[in-house]
Amino acid sequence: MTVTDYPRIGEKMYHTVLENGLNIFVAPKPEFGKSYAFFATNYGGMDMRFKLGGQWHDTPAGVAHFLEHKMFDTQDGNALQDLASNGASPNAFTGSAITGYYFESTEKFEENLRILLSFVSIPWFTQESVDKEQGIIGQEIRMIEDNPQWQVFMNLMSGLYANHPIRTGVAGTVESISHITAQTLYDCHKAFYNPANMVLCVAGNVVPERVCDIAREILPREAGELTQRDYGLAEPKQVAAPKTEIAMEVSTPIFQIGYKGDPAENGPETLRLQLMGELAAQALAGPSTAVYASLYEQGLVNSEFECGCELYPGCVFLYAGGESRDPDEVARRLQQEAQRLVREGIDPSLWERLKKAAYGSRVRQLNSFENLCVGQAQNFFLGADALAFPEVFASLTAEDARQLLERWVTQERTTLSVVRPKEGA
Amino acid sequence: MIHVTHTELMPGVRLTAVHTTKFKSSYFGVTLLTALERETAGDNALLCSVLRRGTQAHPDMQSLASALDDLYGGAIETQIVKKGETQCVGFAASFLDDAYTLNGESILEPAARLLGELLLQPHTVDGVFSAEYVESERANLIDRIRAQRNDKRQYAMYRLGQEMCRGEAFGVDKLGDETCVSKITPTSLWQRYQTLLSTAGVELYYCGSAEVESVENALRAAFSALPINNQRYKPVCEVCAHPARETPNIVEESLDVTQGKLAIGFRTGGISVRDGDFPALLLMNAVFGGTSMSKLFMNVREKLSLCYFASSALERIKGLMLVSSGIEFEKYQQARDEILAQLEACRRGEITVDEMEGARRIVITALQTTLDSQPRMADYWLGQAVAGQEDGPEELAGHIEHVTVEQVARAAQKAELDTIYFLKGKEGA
Repeated sequence: MTVTDYPRIGEKMYHTVLENGLNIFVAPKPEFGKSYAFFATNYGGMDMRFKLGGQWHDTPAGVAHFLEHKMFDTQDGNALQDLASNGASPNAFTGSAITGYYFESTEKFEENLRILLSFVSIPWFTQESVDKEQGIIGQEIRMIEDNPQWQVFMNLMSGLYANHPIRTGVAGTVESISHITAQTLYDCHKAFYNPANMVLCVAGNVVPERVCDIAREILPREAGELTQRDYGLAEPKQVAAPKTEIAMEVSTPIFQIGYKGDPAENGPETLRLQLMGELAAQALAGPSTAVYASLYEQGLVNSEFECGCELYPGCVFLYAGGESRDPDEVARRLQQEAQRLVREGIDPSLWERLKKAAYGSRVRQLNSFENLCVGQAQNFFLGADALAFPEVFASLTAEDARQLLERWVTQERTTLSVVRPKEGA
Repeated sequence: MIHVTHTELMPGVRLTAVHTTKFKSSYFGVTLLTALERETAGDNALLCSVLRRGTQAHPDMQSLASALDDLYGGAIETQIVKKGETQCVGFAASFLDDAYTLNGESILEPAARLLGELLLQPHTVDGVFSAEYVESERANLIDRIRAQRNDKRQYAMYRLGQEMCRGEAFGVDKLGDETCVSKITPTSLWQRYQTLLSTAGVELYYCGSAEVESVENALRAAFSALPINNQRYKPVCEVCAHPARETPNIVEESLDVTQGKLAIGFRTGGISVRDGDFPALLLMNAVFGGTSMSKLFMNVREKLSLCYFASSALERIKGLMLVSSGIEFEKYQQARDEILAQLEACRRGEITVDEMEGARRIVITALQTTLDSQPRMADYWLGQAVAGQEDGPEELAGHIEHVTVEQVARAAQKAELDTIYFLKGKEGA
């Protein structure tokens, strides 16, 4: 294994690629009692159209999430219970571009790692259990559709993007998942749960070589072919719709403003863009800006307000949102503030403070093994090194951020998504 | 390695310093300890939110946010906790550890200074707290008090504690009550603040890579303006060995709910965290209802399907064991009988090897992983400070290793039923 040292943030990362193409990262933490393993595939809600065996497949929205639920079934029972009875806390999640399975444990780490690698790599689906799951996930979808935060985010996505599959919800709809069969799941597993398309990240009281030995013992020897995917037509620079508004059972309007950015090709540039976007958002509307203070004092936003940057393959955007009695006014004030920043530049002392704060918060987040491992996997899939952030921060200038705001925070790249209280409610 | 030091910086002002290099952050606690009383609980709770709004040097949120940005994005949160019959109010803070600053600067001193400033140099208007800050934080606190009704599981436990310990300090809520809070003015809060500063016990806490000596110096300097008082509050807690009444106190309440909540309170027969029998009590609670392998979970929930959930928890300083369960209204009698029957089984020592060893592993793991988390460690040591104890989680875990089934049974025999609280639906609803 090779070792990369990150002395500035006190991390050491072991890395190797197995014969089957699996990338393994291990951060040994001998001073901790617990260990954490994260096994992830570069496959999420937006990977609906792909080429397998020379043929293009169109799969229903929500299939990656559905597959995640069904992976825990094994021929002998359920892997969740096997891990839990070993004292481990297992779980999984599906994002737009990633599906990850993980556990944390203090005892029997090697046995638990074997269970994790085994159930994720060996599919076991029956039509009967797929039918049953349709009911369970259908309930889950109805529940999230009732969630105003989810609605405001999904409308933000479809306001920003005309074609990119990020506009489709990760869980799909009750209708879309009704088309999923056991065969669909086997096809998707074959296409994306191939070791060469996956990564295993471990942090904790472990010996790196033992992790590799166990992965070799459990996983298939051969690498499969890498699957080609299609994210649809090229995305225009302007937003798909300037405003989306719906009514739900909320007491105060909730809103999200999105500013559509220029995506980067996979590679180290994605990390740079992500950090630059975060800083630009903080300089525009973060808690230590004058515009935030005045919005707060005038009761136009409250402590729920948040801003930042999100980046996925083929798309990137800034967002700002929360609760407000007048979301349009908040959007107007932020547009005005962006124009001022573009004209006058970002105050150098504010810029340095924001960089320090963002650096410090990122380092503190590494206390969590989950943050460390999930961040490592996500950035690896994007072609970047998550732990390189200190050097990237050092290279970012206020002028870069000013130019980013000039290009992204314009009328035709801005969309506003609002969930208003129902009339008479 | 983790090394823990306890020192008294000034009379009644204690520091617990945990030296470790395993975290990326340093964690601070500034906590005022005071007797839990109905008349003052609301003032104490409100006080820390008002202090968090601004200081003399940083009078508003924007300047405080900038100061925190300058300290590499530090976070300071208000903290209101009840430990036994002591109310603990103050701040918990997390900063980048000195080892990771970009230019080798130390954050320890400025972070300590900022915390000292928050406690001791508040923003004032005409010699008292700003009316604007007091009003808006009072409204927030009242919202929080009302919101306690929203989560019915939590509400049932809150009501159980209140009914069981009526007339005892433990019956008072950590946030105070709405009637008292609504009467607070900038002047009355200022008076309470002055009293607290000179009479409350003060617990300072640090966990990070700095040497104990520099931590002591930084905190001593930051809190040097605290009034000197040789008689600061020392936590006390009355542990009632037995219920005050002959027959169990039964309380029923009707609200517009679809699921019933059955909460049952026991006195531990005098065993508290100060007692040699405490490890046995801790393990007894785990066997009875403290884990997802416990008797309550496996039998009452899984096997008999009498509850949606059923678990028990200890109040280790006051010496209480509290059972929380969610049931269908008509299963009240059955569920109650079965929960009590499971305790009877513990009393008779009917505990399988799997139950005993499973519980032992879970309790030990929980204690060991406390050392992997700064917030959990801080909470553990605050509890020990209130209890007047100095044992670390590892030592307690060591005692757990040696507890026998007979000792667990004896701890169960000591437990006495005190109060049953049942939250049911409205008639005809």
